[in-house]
Amino acid sequence: MPSIVNYLWLIPALPLLAAGMIALLKQRHRSLSASLSIGSLAISLGLSIAAFVPTLGPIEGGGGVKRWVHNLDWFEFGNTTLRLGWVLDPLTAAMLVMVTFVGLLIFIYSVGYMAHDENAARFFCFLSLFAAAMLGILISNSLLLLFMSWELVGLASYLLIGFWYHKPSAAAAAKKAFITTRIGDMGFLLGLLWLYGETGTLLFYDNGNGCLEQSALNRLNTLTTAGGMGVATAISLLLFCGAAGKSGQVPLHVWLPDAMEGPTPVSALIHAATMVAAGVFLIARVFPLMDVDPANVAGSSTALSVVTWVGAVTAVFAALIAVGQNDIKRILAYSTVSQLGYMMLGLGAGGVAVGMFHLLTHAFFKALLFLGAGSVIHGCHEEQDIRRMGGLRRQMPTTFLTYAIGMMALSGVPLLFSGFWSKDEILHAASVWPVSRLPFYLGLFGAVLTAFYMTRQMFFVFFGKQHLGKEAHESPTVMTIPLVILAIAAVLVGFWGTPAWPWLHAYLTGHELHLDLSALAKSATLMLISTAVVALGMISAWRLYTRKTPSSPQALDPLEAAQPAVFGVLKNRAYIDEFYEATVIRLNHLLSVTSDVLDRFLWNGLVQLVSLMAIALASVGKALDQFVINLGFDGWCGGLKQGARGFARLQNGQVQSYLRVIGLSLVALVVVLLWERRR
Amino acid sequence: MTPLHYYLIFAALLFSVGLAGALMRRNAILVLIGIELMLNAANLNFIAFWRYSPTANELVGLMFVLFSIGIAAAEAAVGLAIIISIYRHHRSTQLQHVDRLKG
Repeated sequence: MPSIVNYLWLIPALPLLAAGMIALLKQRHRSLSASLSIGSLAISLGLSIAAFVPTLGPIEGGGGVKRWVHNLDWFEFGNTTLRLGWVLDPLTAAMLVMVTFVGLLIFIYSVGYMAHDENAARFFCFLSLFAAAMLGILISNSLLLLFMSWELVGLASYLLIGFWYHKPSAAAAAKKAFITTRIGDMGFLLGLLWLYGETGTLLFYDNGNGCLEQSALNRLNTLTTAGGMGVATAISLLLFCGAAGKSGQVPLHVWLPDAMEGPTPVSALIHAATMVAAGVFLIARVFPLMDVDPANVAGSSTALSVVTWVGAVTAVFAALIAVGQNDIKRILAYSTVSQLGYMMLGLGAGGVAVGMFHLLTHAFFKALLFLGAGSVIHGCHEEQDIRRMGGLRRQMPTTFLTYAIGMMALSGVPLLFSGFWSKDEILHAASVWPVSRLPFYLGLFGAVLTAFYMTRQMFFVFFGKQHLGKEAHESPTVMTIPLVILAIAAVLVGFWGTPAWPWLHAYLTGHELHLDLSALAKSATLMLISTAVVALGMISAWRLYTRKTPSSPQALDPLEAAQPAVFGVLKNRAYIDEFYEATVIRLNHLLSVTSDVLDRFLWNGLVQLVSLMAIALASVGKALDQFVINLGFDGWCGGLKQGARGFARLQNGQVQSYLRVIGLSLVALVVVLLWERRR
Repeated sequence: MTPLHYYLIFAALLFSVGLAGALMRRNAILVLIGIELMLNAANLNFIAFWRYSPTANELVGLMFVLFSIGIAAAEAAVGLAIIISIYRHHRSTQLQHVDRLKG
């Protein structure tokens, strides 16, 4: 076991420490706090690479995935010991390097972006907290530790979306993100508890006793719930609820576009590259559990079929909405939702390697696109509406070039860009999915739309006439350098997983790796199809917008002019928010009003009644006390006092009265004696 | 010879007068005199019972009475001394003023 495994906890601990230290600093120590968070993350990156290296190389004993775990007892209650632990396997290692690398670049970029914000220290504190929690998710070997980090990530996301809390929209978006993901997390928590109840452990891998290992899975395989559904399926679906909330799958995607109210580096780091990928990562992590299905007839387990369908629908649905948006960050947000759908589709149809490949490539080019968008917004003096931009390629050459690379990677331009390879892999998996071919067609349609809306955005922002009133300027070097690095990465990471040399696939699944150029030929048909699809999307968008360029920012979009009804639906985000407003929120409101009324009249009345009864009882007691006990006692005391006073009067000090008493007593004695004698 | 009960009745009357004086008079000296009267009534009874007893030739009763008169003289001296010191203290010999011992 490599020694780095024992020190794996340092990777999240360092940013956490940095966050704690920054929290203690004053707001004016902005450069110190920035260096603290960047420095801690840089060390984490170094450690991540150190952890990555041992997972490379040939596997001893053949077969299986390299995996080292370090478990420890957390606390005991009764006879039960709650154990936590961390794991180092290819999945963790690859994600660790990606998150720390992208995170580091975004931290550096933030120095430039947040230069004029007076709360920059707070910002870096939250960013470090986020990084710590995210890295915690990646290394956890326990579903419980993962869940705790998961919730911390949610907290950091809430804090960062609402970073400009003085804007009401940002505060509302933060709440929306928090509450929406909480709905999914409810499912996650239930799944977690159920899994614990069935297997008695939350450790993923524990020398054959973990919940993802064969004995536990075999046990789960034999169990079914009341409706004939496998317990494993039910637990998987509950866990998928959490993943869907975090990764913005339909119908819980609504929070992600609103989350763009946060500062742009936050959108890049959290809501594009890392956090939203946590849901995908969760599914990849518990993949053995998802794969268990006693009623497995169609060649794909029920849970994975659900994942596939939800992913496919999300991919197309979000891409459609993205076509109708005009805010540069919202387009990217919907594109993120759509790409997350692709990842789920890949996981469901093709397994861990397919989904994770797209996750990793997407992280790079989407971070690039968001940082590019941030650079554009920064250069255009906080303008976010793409209709008011235009012609920026001359003023912002670096941003333009890097953005173009990101856009082509996202659209999946063939051969040179990473998005092509990963999306191709997903489409390939979907095309051979045994259950249905429909997800494959949906995926293709989504690819057309992706190419279309990205070209549209490029056209509006960088080409055409300039509509910006003020002079745009290129961003400072501290912001453009991360762009350049990410652009290079966005091109290069695709070559990890080409069909001819599927290194990432082999790395994640532990298969033998060999260069096979013939595989390239085998998938040539599919590659040609996806090339054609991308070309269709890009060319149609280009022709449409060069021919019918809107003359002014207020003019109608050509699509809107052609199909006002359809475009209106897309522009209004398919009225999902309004739908929720009318159903869930109204229901919620109704319930709260009802409980308010109940509270105010029914429960309050009951409580008042009970208290009145108590008061009545108490007054009876009071009366008893006052009139019976008090008066009785007082009477007794008074009698004693009176008697005492009478006796006291007898002893008046007059010798003669004493003498009289003696004399009278003598007489009485004589009389008594005589009386006795007489009888 | 005068019957015994004449003496006894006389002594009883004398005792009653003395008792009445001791109980009713306010002046301490007169109370003392009442007490002397009661003492002498008792002495008279002694003498009378001795004189009419079967052993009258023995001088027992006479001796008793002589002792009693001696003690009465001493007692009167002590009583008068107390009355004088009370008078010095209270500037009065009225007994109703002397009630300091009532506690």
